[in-house]
Amino acid sequence: MKIVVCVKAVPDPKEADKIRIDPETKTLIRDNVDLTINPLDKHALEAALQLKKKFGATITALSMGPPVAGAIVKESLALGADHGILLSDRAFGGADAFATAYTLSKAIEKIGQFDLVLCGMASSDGATEWVGPQIATFLQIPVVTMVNELLHDSGERWLVKTAWENGYRKVEVQLPALLTVAREINKPKNLGFSGIIKARKKEITTWSHEELDVSEECVGSRGSPTIVADFGTLETAREVRMLEGSAEEKAEQLVEILAESGAIR
Amino acid sequence: MNDMKAETNKGSIWVVAEIKDCMVKPVSLQLVGKARELADQLQMDVETFLFGDRLGDGPQLLVAAGADTVYTAVSDELEMYQPELYAEMICTLAKEKHPEIILLGSTFIGRELAPIVAARLDTGLTAHCINLVLNSDGTLDQQIPAYGGLISIICPDRRPQMATVAEGVFSTPGADRSRSGAVVSMPLPSDVRWRVKTVEIVEEQRQEQSLESASFIVAGGAGAGTHSGWGKIHELSGILNAALGCTRPVVDEGWAGLETMIGQSGKMVSPQFYIGVGLSGELQHMVGIKGASIMVAINNDPKSPVFEQVDYGIVEDCTSFIPLLIEKIKARVEQKVS
Repeated sequence: MKIVVCVKAVPDPKEADKIRIDPETKTLIRDNVDLTINPLDKHALEAALQLKKKFGATITALSMGPPVAGAIVKESLALGADHGILLSDRAFGGADAFATAYTLSKAIEKIGQFDLVLCGMASSDGATEWVGPQIATFLQIPVVTMVNELLHDSGERWLVKTAWENGYRKVEVQLPALLTVAREINKPKNLGFSGIIKARKKEITTWSHEELDVSEECVGSRGSPTIVADFGTLETAREVRMLEGSAEEKAEQLVEILAESGAIR
Repeated sequence: MNDMKAETNKGSIWVVAEIKDCMVKPVSLQLVGKARELADQLQMDVETFLFGDRLGDGPQLLVAAGADTVYTAVSDELEMYQPELYAEMICTLAKEKHPEIILLGSTFIGRELAPIVAARLDTGLTAHCINLVLNSDGTLDQQIPAYGGLISIICPDRRPQMATVAEGVFSTPGADRSRSGAVVSMPLPSDVRWRVKTVEIVEEQRQEQSLESASFIVAGGAGAGTHSGWGKIHELSGILNAALGCTRPVVDEGWAGLETMIGQSGKMVSPQFYIGVGLSGELQHMVGIKGASIMVAINNDPKSPVFEQVDYGIVEDCTSFIPLLIEKIKARVEQKVS
């Protein structure tokens, strides 16, 4: 089976709050925030690795980003992907979810025949959840989002389970298909030493818009239907009273506040 | 249909409404209310979709909330959400009628359907807006919180403009039963390939309080530290008879379900009393709490931005402080009883 896993380089979620809007210049301030593989994409890669173990598969890790994003493609190779492709081109910059999905779909078409495309259900920075379903729509293949279990994964018609409001949904899906995965689907393994050694020999392929044979008009900020028109401030400020004293005393003060407001009856 | 086409030359705003057990979802009514407001400014019509195996008085409720037209499809095949049928019906009509705006709820259905519809209609889509207003040129200003501020997103050149919005962002409009509107039945698409077919949806009955209607809310963040730390926060919500909410990292850790996430892409809540435990005050979470009269935060980092957004702050490690607090509350309750 041939599997494509889409991986995104995101600011390390632990440091993401360092990215702020400068209220004066209304531009983004990014102070050396480290890039890491989007946490949910690790689950997508692990799902692919488990399928490879079960049925045998060729896994291609695909990412779009600046040249430094090559590191997460390399990491995907070290984790067990067979091929790594980075879509990197100035023309791809400033893409919204639509243009990102379009570009990734063009790369998947260039990769050629495939059975399955896997994505994390959301990225920790953008969190739109749009890229997976839109890649599928551009490729004209079916999509199921928020998959947390593969109930039947052989043949051409699979049965998968997804997250749902206070419950779950079971969906039949015809391959080739795209699935976006939720974290419950598996526990990604940590990077092993042998994987790192093996990945040294694997090459990352880099494609620009020319290799994808797409017009610059269709990718990056020019291919994006949506634009950021303005940065504003949002007022959530309140005047805080910090409770003082020992932990014991603070707990007692809080109990008072709770009792006064009727939270403790 | 030809007559209607002539009428809607002035353009329309669409809402993809949802129904469960013959009840129109609150978020759908809220979106119709907002669409009505925008449509009045633009002198347009509000048109909605409602699909299911039984619709009860759903279409009439949507009209009472402000819809001019309700496109319905009723079939046993629509007992459950079927993405192929939904997308086909919406896109086919959109290509014929060219709506100006399409709004969907940030529900499990909306989150999957909206990007499919947007890509098929070759247009932009903004996720989980916390406000929608019209710019002076009539374009839709779609506002989302990000990076410590509010970002305005527009879709300048393509139509429709599309956005998803969570329940509770807009208020539910009053039902005006004197309004009249057309209910138009749509045929099911004839050539469905069923490459995707929902075969079962199970929604468990909730034992716990719903977040949207709760007066007291305890919300926890990644600072809970561990699954057992999260258990303590859960226990705190229990003894306070409060609803339990969380931030995205908690969902990512698997300590709580997505349906308990408070914020821009989750639930919008309006409790009287809110306690945030081990969370840093990220805007995506904080915008989900509206009009609380008292807000308390517990965090071990005195510099945490959460302390700029609450009324009472406590600098303590929640893993040791919460068990202590639970003990004190229990003592207080017993003292009252005796």
